[in-house]
Amino acid sequence: MSHKVIVPIGPYHPLQEEPEFFRLYVEGEKVIDIDIVIGYMHRGIEELSEHKHFDQVTFLVERICGICSTSHPFAYVNAMEDLAKIEVPERALFIRTIIAEMERLHSHLLWLGLAGHFIGYNTVWMWSWRYREPILDMFEMITGNRNHYAMMKIGGVRRDIRDEDIPILKKALDDLLPAVDMFKGAVMDDPVIKARLKGIGILNKQQAIDWCVVGPTARASGINIDVRKDDPYGAYDRVDWNVILEKDGDIFAKTIVRILELYESISIIRQCLDKMPKGEIDANIKDIPPGEGIGRVEAPRGECFHYVRSDGTNQPIRHKIRAPSYMNVASNKIAAVGGTISDAAITLAAVDPCYCCTERLTVLNSATNKKIMNGWDLIKLSQKKTEKLRKDLGGGDKCKI
Amino acid sequence: MNLKLKALTKSIWVFHAACSPCNNCDIEVLDVLTPRHDVERFGIALVGSIRHADVLLVTGVPNYKTKERLKRIYNQAPQPCLVVAVGNCACGRIMFKDSYNSPCAVDEVVPVSAYIPGCPPKPEAIIAGVVKLIKKLRGQK
Repeated sequence: MSHKVIVPIGPYHPLQEEPEFFRLYVEGEKVIDIDIVIGYMHRGIEELSEHKHFDQVTFLVERICGICSTSHPFAYVNAMEDLAKIEVPERALFIRTIIAEMERLHSHLLWLGLAGHFIGYNTVWMWSWRYREPILDMFEMITGNRNHYAMMKIGGVRRDIRDEDIPILKKALDDLLPAVDMFKGAVMDDPVIKARLKGIGILNKQQAIDWCVVGPTARASGINIDVRKDDPYGAYDRVDWNVILEKDGDIFAKTIVRILELYESISIIRQCLDKMPKGEIDANIKDIPPGEGIGRVEAPRGECFHYVRSDGTNQPIRHKIRAPSYMNVASNKIAAVGGTISDAAITLAAVDPCYCCTERLTVLNSATNKKIMNGWDLIKLSQKKTEKLRKDLGGGDKCKI
Repeated sequence: MNLKLKALTKSIWVFHAACSPCNNCDIEVLDVLTPRHDVERFGIALVGSIRHADVLLVTGVPNYKTKERLKRIYNQAPQPCLVVAVGNCACGRIMFKDSYNSPCAVDEVVPVSAYIPGCPPKPEAIIAGVVKLIKKLRGQK
């Protein structure tokens, strides 16, 4: 008879930077099921943003996540510009694109380092974080801060890129290119990394579609999905670049997608610096009309979505955020199950999870103290709400809803 | 200076507890270990368990879920254990103080020995904060 053992990982575990809790059900070495408990990072940002001025929300959503800290404000200002039908100056669009791509560079290098750390290649960690430093220096030069750049603004950007900074930025990109070449060689040719990552944590195309994964996780499974191409924002439709696709869906493919995306990002930044027109960087917006708007951005981890509704006052009355890790984390249920415990660490990390982005709300049933709600519970809850609404509206069978 | 204090300030081992931060302070804490700053030169290392640690590094604003765990982690630590609050959130909750899921600041849960403000603090600032803490422990000005 087989013996089922639960291996808890977290919430404070040396493996993870962020507190989150995995429960691995194992039989011998094999993982047969996995539970993911989140909620350690919930800060109530959606609710907070409904009590702040439209301009202040830009800074608040920046603090959702420190790694994709320009994707959230970018999606938010896209939503606001959709709401108020604002024409953004051309130069501002290019500056936004440059900042977003620089963020992708530093985020992918960061993930590469952490992935190296997880499989026991601390050298990869140290090297990739070393090459990440010059990008952070460029951020400091352009925006004034290493992280949390505060560049986005409704209708434009806050700071211009000075002409004398452009050659320095170009030189930093030139210096980064040999490093990316080295990483590509190190990962693609190393037999140990290949043996360790190939065929592990497979998420095939159909599973990827079923579990609605986005970003590099989906592109590694062969799904051609990228908001930058599908619904161009910023200046992505004015530059020439390719969507990187792999078809294996294992961790090796996810690594390759991220490394090859570094090349695309460098190319996009170079083209933007060359094509950037002169002129205004801000549309000087005064009032926000009532209405609703959506904004989508391809964050380093996938599609980031913001919805804002305004009633004509200076605060949003509803602000909905959906971060990419929300979908990607759930796909661990497929990718990690069936593997061994020793592969679980890298499999859980392979989707580049970002829990502080993800944690918007946890549902707790206070009556039964049941933490997980299944589909039937949700339907019951929904029916109860309708009933309550019906009662509140003067109730009974006379009410027509 | 007694032996315990001397041993404590010689090579500080750090346990890092993230209490619903935005990840940025955590990344900067890791950044301090990587080649540009490399504090492992001075014997400062991140450890996997609080039972091995001399310093508890806290980032972020505790929420209802992490508050209890932070308290438990602190109680598990071998004494003397110093607490360093990294980042504006840990120092004073800044923009999250009105949130429904932010019951208290870090220093209301555990006694904090050093505050390192910044959003996020630069790696240099984190190193400077730790150096100040060591100097204070040794009784130097």
